Parts: sequence; C-alpha cells; structure tokens
Amino acid sequence: MSLSHYLIVAGILFVIGLAGLFANRRNILIMLMSIELILLAVNTNFIAFSSYLNDVAGQVFVFFILTVAAAEAAIGLAILVVLFRNRRSLDIEQLDTLKG
Amino acid sequence: MISDWIPDILFYAYAAVLLASALAVITVRNSVHAALLLVLAFFSAAALWMLLEAEFLAITLVLVYVGAVMVLFLFVVMMLDVKNREKGQGLSNYAKVAIGVTLAMLVELAMLFAGKLSGSLPEKALPRHDAHYSNVRVLAEELFTRYVLPFELAAVLLLVAIVAAILLTLRRRPDFKHLDPGLQVAVKASDRMRIIKMPAETTSRGDAS
Repeated sequence: MSLSHYLIVAGILFVIGLAGLFANRRNILIMLMSIELILLAVNTNFIAFSSYLNDVAGQVFVFFILTVAAAEAAIGLAILVVLFRNRRSLDIEQLDTLKG
Repeated sequence: MISDWIPDILFYAYAAVLLASALAVITVRNSVHAALLLVLAFFSAAALWMLLEAEFLAITLVLVYVGAVMVLFLFVVMMLDVKNREKGQGLSNYAKVAIGVTLAMLVELAMLFAGKLSGSLPEKALPRHDAHYSNVRVLAEELFTRYVLPFELAAVLLLVAIVAAILLTLRRRPDFKHLDPGLQVAVKASDRMRIIKMPAETTSRGDAS
C-alpha cells in the first residue's frame, strides 16, 4: 500500500461527507454526522502522512482534532436539543427566522 | 509470499466497508440506522489507522467516538422522537445543484491526484518499526514535552464544553417543586420565628367568644 491509496480513500470519504451535508437539508442530525465523516477523512489524511513521512507531529494533531471534535459534538447536540424543544422540528429549511 | 498480501487485502476490505457505510449514513431514512452505520464507519477507519501503525489513535477513536460521542448521538436521536424522512423528501430544490458541486469537487480531487501530486508524493512503502517500538511512548513524549501547553488548553476546552452543554440543556420547570440550597443555607433564626412583646390582654366575661 502506498500513501496515495490512503489519500484516495480519505478524499472519497471527504466528498461523501460533503454530499451528505448538502443532501440532508431536512435533518440537522444527519448533517452533524456528515461533519463527523469529514473530520474522519481529514484525520485519516493526517495519520497517513504522519506514518509515511515518519513524523509523529501529525498524530499529535489528530489527537487535538479528536478533542475539539468531541467538544463540538457535545455542544452541537446540546444546541440541537434546545432547538428541538423550541421548534419541534429538525428541518433546516424552517429555520428562516433571521432571513428577513 | 502470501503474508505480504495480507495488509493489502485488509486495506481494501476495510476501505470498502468504510466507504460503503459512509455512503449509507447519508442515504438511509432512519436516523438510528444512520448513527449505527456511522459506528461501523468509525470501526473501519480505526482498523485503517491500525494498518498505518497509529495504534493509540485507533484505540482512542473506538473508545472516544464509538464509546462516547456515538452513544450521545444515539441518546439524542432516541430522545427527540424524530420522524423518518419520507420518500422524495430528501432532495430539495437546490440539492441537485449541490450534488453537482460535489461531483465537480470529486473530479477535481481525482485530477489533482492524477496530475499534480502523482510525482511529488513519496512512493516508498510504509516504514515498518521493530517489535520494541511503542507508538504510545513516542506520542506521549511529544505530547508532554513540546505540546504540553496545547494539551492543557485542550483540557480547559473540554471543561468549557461540559459547562456549555449542561447549561444549554438545563431547564427550570416552574411547576416542579425543588429545593434551593442557597436559600436554605442563608436562612436565619429570625426569619423563622419572631418573638414580640405585647401587653397581656384581659378579657371581660361578656365578650369571651
């Protein structure tokens, strides 16, 4: 396996996550899951480069990305719960109060 | 030699499972199914990281993401009583344009790989370490020496996330009876009972009632 195999897998995973972000406008929950997929692709890229270039700094960075992503998921889900209590819906299209 | 092919076979198997489950996450209608498929995607990615000899991060991915974050996702999905997406509801009016943008991005990435990056990427095989190499030790030596300040800041960030998440979802229900410990501690004896002096009253026999 060469480095480009891992990069291609991570690239396809990134594009899948991006497509999920666009295609699931009716459900914020699936959009959050798509963001997790995108972060997973980025982390895979970091680890692949770190292993093939024999530099451990990339893995340290993945460690911090995991920390921040966990905090992001927790706060995002908390906001989601508050939103659902107020609006009774997870539809992005209905969140147009600020649209004017 | 058949043992040389085993990592390749494992790579293709796990990569196929990863991409298939990721594709299923964004297309299934049931949110619970999507969360469970995302767990499968995380497991496959952890196996890929294991093939890259990043053992600590692979285990961390399974423990933190599958064990904590995805359980949180499943709790929220089951708590919120979200209706399943109906057929034909998935594509909004501009989703087709967005999918076109995504396909264009995929083509651009492929062109980048085929053209610009093909010569500059290191083509050598993964540098294998000997049996005494410890990924955890190497990572910890970097993390606790050069990156110790970001490490502490990450701890502060997690604390902020805990406080924010709890404060956001906390709600006071006015119809619930609950104790207020601050008021309980602050109470004084004079708030409970007040002794007042008053002259003794004499009641005459006529208006005793």
